[in-house]
Amino acid sequence: MSFFQVPSGKPAQKHAVDPALQPWVEKYRPKTIDDVSSQEHTMAVLRKTLTSTNLPHMLFYGPPGTGKTSTILALSRQLFGPDNFRNRVLELNASDERGIKVVREKIKNFARQTPRAQAVGSDGKTYPCPPYKIIILDEADSMTQDAQGALRRIMETYARITRFCLVCNYVTRIIEPLASRCSKFRFTPLDTSSAGSRLSMIATAEHVQIDPLVLDALIGTSGGDLRRAITYLQSASRLAASTNPPTPITPSDIQEIAGVVPDAVIASLAKTLGIDVATAMDVDDKPTSGSNFEKIQKAVKHLIREGYSASQTLSQLHDLVVLHPTLTARQKSRCALVFAEADKALCDGADEELWILEVALRIHKAIS
Amino acid sequence: MSLWVDHYRPRSLDELHYHKHLSSRLRSLAASGDFPHMLFYGPPGAGKKTRISCTLKELFGPGVDKLKVDQRVFLTQSKRKIEVNIVQSNFHLEITPSEAGNYDRTVIQELLKEIAQTQQVDLSAKQRFKVVVINEADSLSRDAQAALRRTMEKYMTNMRIILCANSTSRLIAPIKSRCLLIRVAAPDPDEMRGVLGYVAKSVGFDLPPDPADKIIEDSNGNMRKAILVLEALKMQSPDLTGNITIAKPDWETYCHKVADLIVQEQTPARVMEVRTKFYELLSHCIPPTVILKTVAERVVERVDESLKADIMHWAAFYEVRMRLGNKKIFHLEAWVVKVMSLYKQFFYGIDLTDFD
Repeated sequence: MSFFQVPSGKPAQKHAVDPALQPWVEKYRPKTIDDVSSQEHTMAVLRKTLTSTNLPHMLFYGPPGTGKTSTILALSRQLFGPDNFRNRVLELNASDERGIKVVREKIKNFARQTPRAQAVGSDGKTYPCPPYKIIILDEADSMTQDAQGALRRIMETYARITRFCLVCNYVTRIIEPLASRCSKFRFTPLDTSSAGSRLSMIATAEHVQIDPLVLDALIGTSGGDLRRAITYLQSASRLAASTNPPTPITPSDIQEIAGVVPDAVIASLAKTLGIDVATAMDVDDKPTSGSNFEKIQKAVKHLIREGYSASQTLSQLHDLVVLHPTLTARQKSRCALVFAEADKALCDGADEELWILEVALRIHKAIS
Repeated sequence: MSLWVDHYRPRSLDELHYHKHLSSRLRSLAASGDFPHMLFYGPPGAGKKTRISCTLKELFGPGVDKLKVDQRVFLTQSKRKIEVNIVQSNFHLEITPSEAGNYDRTVIQELLKEIAQTQQVDLSAKQRFKVVVINEADSLSRDAQAALRRTMEKYMTNMRIILCANSTSRLIAPIKSRCLLIRVAAPDPDEMRGVLGYVAKSVGFDLPPDPADKIIEDSNGNMRKAILVLEALKMQSPDLTGNITIAKPDWETYCHKVADLIVQEQTPARVMEVRTKFYELLSHCIPPTVILKTVAERVVERVDESLKADIMHWAAFYEVRMRLGNKKIFHLEAWVVKVMSLYKQFFYGIDLTDFD
């Protein structure tokens, strides 16, 4: 008897998730669609659906970290409330098996159930709880063509009781028949001010001191991807807080965490290639052509030894060349050609050292 | 008796010889209880794996050293069985997904979900989560990487992932943005000298500066190679004095021979000769990219300055084709012929551009 009794004195301290250990990305995921940063147009449309409780099939697309998944999760939470969320929403993403078999069985089975209404949640609030279910297909662009094809008819047949929401990065990977059944929402990369305000909100909530320079570095390295910026902020604050005594976060910390090649390294590489870098205006005496190749080869070897990633180096070198004040348009276009080729080669899995060297040599040739 | 490399491998973060800054970071991260997913990247032999194992030890204590090797069988969708070796302790497990080849996605999905959905029952355990170390993460297929994305966020409470890769170029951006990136650069010559000296002292002899410099120059930032070479040298001549030479690996001298052949003469007969040599190398399982790189570097050393850039250009060009294509020898040969034609063109001033 007593074997089964729960010792009443002990609190159920087991497996509760400590919110302090949660990734901030999850912790500060918007709870309502009003919390979602930026994307005003999309939000205006969605807010309407909250009041009218009618929803079209939807296709969210846009670069990573712009709030696509957050939006649909927040919206369905607002529609159904915490109680009904489980049996009204099916979320599938690329980590789940999503072949044609799953579409035929799991999705179809879920789509076919008729929902039961229960408008008042256990927390006393009233939720609209419209008479349909939502199926979220996250990362839909990694679904196979066949699986997408199998969805076509399902979407129409059960349209009365089920809404689909496809979330993807590349709208072109979604087959046309599916795309035409959905109303499309484009998510744009976050602008600096809204990303900044969200980040500083999180920083205040977590009692992290960040100065404007760090904020700029965060936004600059993440390029409109809020998730990345938040992850970097969390990592940086962890590092800063765990040293003894705690040190403030510096912009160079952020750069190191983000895997960005330091500007000085890029600048010295550019100088070896014969590009004048703004900081070093002294045009050094014409290097003899005999040692040029060795010099470049050595610089590239050094870069590889330091372990910097080739694609990151290329993109930073690209920024430097394209925005360079004194190079002529012709030189820049020649360089652009090289960058494009190298990017393709790296995507195909080419050897990094060979290609960085190739890029370096050709830029050198294009510029001299 | 084990090799020096293994025997004198640092076992804890305090014993690490270089990148002290990194070590202190790792230590504080491990102590903070709020351990992120991590991605270690850097050139081979820089000490990525050593740092990972040290970090694990810092996290979980000596229990991580009790390793056992398991062979697991996974069933793919098409009912094919794949066997994968998994090294594991009570607290972590290590996989090399490239063993599974094209089916790495299945392995990743099954394995990670299984771990992610089991919780640590031992309440006295130091950490609540298990760590999964994924080696050679840059050889993961796109599908497998996509499968990691959501799993990494969803099961953060039960599991942390440590990825180990040579370069971040081949990892998709969503993975990179979910990890704390840790760059492990190759040690510089002074740091290498320190480590070599330490190993020598632990074994019980003094390392004269002369051979040390030679070893460092030869190993090109690869610590593992440097220590292996040191051990080999010590076996050859116990006193490490006099005129010692570091024996180059067979394949390297062979590659140099090929390069010499190319530079000496440019005829169809010579191409055939080079081809047999390439076949020989390939049949000894030397990766074609390594062959191409070594030969190209050697050729470049021996030709005129104005040709060097072109030769590297074509090496890069054919290397990509080799990756995309199927039959490696075609592309190696094509490069040889190209280099020969360039060389002749340069030497005799003949315009051979029509033959491209």
